[in-house]
Amino acid sequence: MSAVIDTPAMPVAMPARRPRALPRPARIGIYAFLLTAAAFFLLPLYVMLVTSVKPMEEIRLGHIFGLPMKMTLEPWVQAWSAVCTGLQCEGIQGGFWNSVAIVVPSTIVSILVGALNGYALSFWRPRFSNGLFLLLLIGAFVPYQVLMFPLVRAFASMSLFGTLPGIVLIHTTFGMPVMTLLFRNYYATVPRELFMAARIDGGGFWRIFVQLMLPMSLPIIVVAVIMQVTGIWNDFILGLTFAGREHLPMTVQLNNVINTTTGERLYNVNMAATLLTSLVPLVIYLVSGRWFVRGIAAGAVKG
Amino acid sequence: MSSSRRSRGLRNVAAYAALLPMAVTVLLAYLGTMAWSVRVSFSSSRTLPVDNFVGLAQYTKLFETERWMLSLQNMALFGVLFIVGCMVLGFALAVFIDQRVKGEGVLRTVFLYPYAMSFVATGLVWQWLLNPELGLQATIRGWGFESFTLDWIVQQDAVMYAIALAAVWQASGLVMALMLAGLRGIDDSLWKAARIDGIPPWRVYMSIVLPMLGPSIGTALVLLSVGVVKVFDVVVAMTQGGPGLASEVPAKFIMDNLFGRANIGLASAASTVLLATVLAVVAPWLYARHRAGAKAGAHG
Repeated sequence: MSAVIDTPAMPVAMPARRPRALPRPARIGIYAFLLTAAAFFLLPLYVMLVTSVKPMEEIRLGHIFGLPMKMTLEPWVQAWSAVCTGLQCEGIQGGFWNSVAIVVPSTIVSILVGALNGYALSFWRPRFSNGLFLLLLIGAFVPYQVLMFPLVRAFASMSLFGTLPGIVLIHTTFGMPVMTLLFRNYYATVPRELFMAARIDGGGFWRIFVQLMLPMSLPIIVVAVIMQVTGIWNDFILGLTFAGREHLPMTVQLNNVINTTTGERLYNVNMAATLLTSLVPLVIYLVSGRWFVRGIAAGAVKG
Repeated sequence: MSSSRRSRGLRNVAAYAALLPMAVTVLLAYLGTMAWSVRVSFSSSRTLPVDNFVGLAQYTKLFETERWMLSLQNMALFGVLFIVGCMVLGFALAVFIDQRVKGEGVLRTVFLYPYAMSFVATGLVWQWLLNPELGLQATIRGWGFESFTLDWIVQQDAVMYAIALAAVWQASGLVMALMLAGLRGIDDSLWKAARIDGIPPWRVYMSIVLPMLGPSIGTALVLLSVGVVKVFDVVVAMTQGGPGLASEVPAKFIMDNLFGRANIGLASAASTVLLATVLAVVAPWLYARHRAGAKAGAHG
C-alpha cells in the first residue's frame, strides 16, 4: 500500500550535522560564499524597504542602496489607501480584502475536499479510485492555459464566472491534486488496525472521518493551511481570469498599480504596495518555519 | 492488505459519494477541458468555438507565426538559464550549508524566503532593481564605475537574462531545501569511509553524493521544468512581454490569443503543444516513481 508518488521526504528535524573538520582557508571560503549568497538574496528586500520610505526627490538621485535621509511613511499610506488600481484610486486595500475573501473559503474548502479524498483513497479504496487518483496527479502538471477557456465558458453558462463562489471553486479544483496527495500520504502512515477497530465499533464512513481521522490530521492540516494560504494569496493568473472585476485579488491589483499607471512612476509607492502584497506570505513563512518547508515539495507541484 | 476482502457494494456507497467531487474534477475540469481544447485546435474557431474542422491548419499557422516561434525560443533560453541557475546555486547552497556552519537556521531562512513571495512581486522588485536610470546600474555608476552596464531589461537580446535572474532568485531556495533534505539523508558511514580512504570531499560530492541524490534531483528538475512551461506571472509583472515582443513566452501568447485577440483556435493549438511538452517531461517521471513505488510496496 505504498503511495504511487511520495511527497519527497522532508525531515522535520534535521539530524545531527556531519562530523567533518575542514582546514581554515576552506572554512573562510565557505563563509565567504554563504555570506555573498545571503547578500544576493537579501538585497531586493532591503532595496524594497528603503525605497518605500524615501521621498521621490531622493529616489531620483539614483542611489538605491542609500538609507533615506528624510524618512517618510507617506508612500505606505498612499499605497494602502490612495493609489490607482485601474479606474479607482482607493489604494490596494480593496485588493487586500478581496484576497482575504478568496483565500479563507478556498483554503477551507480545498483542505476539506483533499482530506476527504485522501481518507477515502487510503482506507476505503473504492474501485477505480487509484486510476482516478493517478489522472488527478497528472492534472496537477497540466498548464492552466489548456483548461482555461473551456472553464471560463462553463462557468459563464452556470453564472459562476466572476463571482466569489466561482473563484473559490477554481482554487479548489486546481488545489485538489496536491491536497489529495498530501492527505493520502499522511493517512498511509496511520495504522490500518486503528481504522479496522473503528469499523468494528460500528463507525461508518462519515463518522470515522469526522470523529477519528480529522482530529488526528492536525499536523498535516497545518501544513496544508500554510501551503494553500501562501499559494492562493500569491496566485495571479487564476484571479486575473476568473475573479471578475469585483473580486480582483491583491496580486492583480498590484500589477495594475505598477504596470498600467500613466504619468510619473512613484517608485516608493510601488515598492510599498509590493511589500504590502508580500506581507501575508512572508509573515506566514517566518512564523511557520519548518512547517513551510514540509509543505514545499508537495506545494511546488502546482504553480 | 489483509482486509481487502471486505465486501464492496452498499457499504461503500458513502465512499463513492465522497469521491464524487474528485471524479467530476478529473473527468470534467481536467480531461473534459483538455479534450475540448484539443478539439477546438482542429477547428477554425476565432471568437467563438465552431465546428468547422480544418485539420492541422491551426498548427501550421501557429508554427508560421513569428511571435509563437519567438516565444518558444524565449522559453527554451529561459528554461536553460533558470534550471541550470537554480540547480547549480541550490546545490551549492545546500552543500555549503551542510558543512557545520554557524547560523544555519538563519541562512536557510534567508535563502528560502523569496520562495514565499509571489512571482508578481518578484518581477516588480527586479524591474525596479534593474531599472537602468535609477536602479543598480545608476547606483554603481554613481560610485565611480562610469562604464558599468546592467541594462538587460531594456535590451531585446538580453531581457530573458533579466527574467531568468529574477526567477532564479525566487526559486533556488526550493532546490536548496530539496537537496539539503537529500544530503541529510546520507549515512554518516559514507563520510567516514571516504575519509579513511583519503578521498577529498569535493570528489565525494561529485562522484558519490551527487548520484545518490538522484531522486531529489529528479524531483527538483521536474518541478522547475513545469515552472518553465507555465512561466507567465513574472514576465507580465517584469516586462509585459517587452521590450517590443522580446520576452514573449508561450503561456502569455496563449492568454493574449484567448482573451485579447479572440483567436481561440490558434490559442488552443498552442496550448495543446504546451500540454504535449509537459506530458513528455512528466510522464516518464511519474512512471519511474510509480515503478519504484510498486517495487517498494510489493509486500506492503
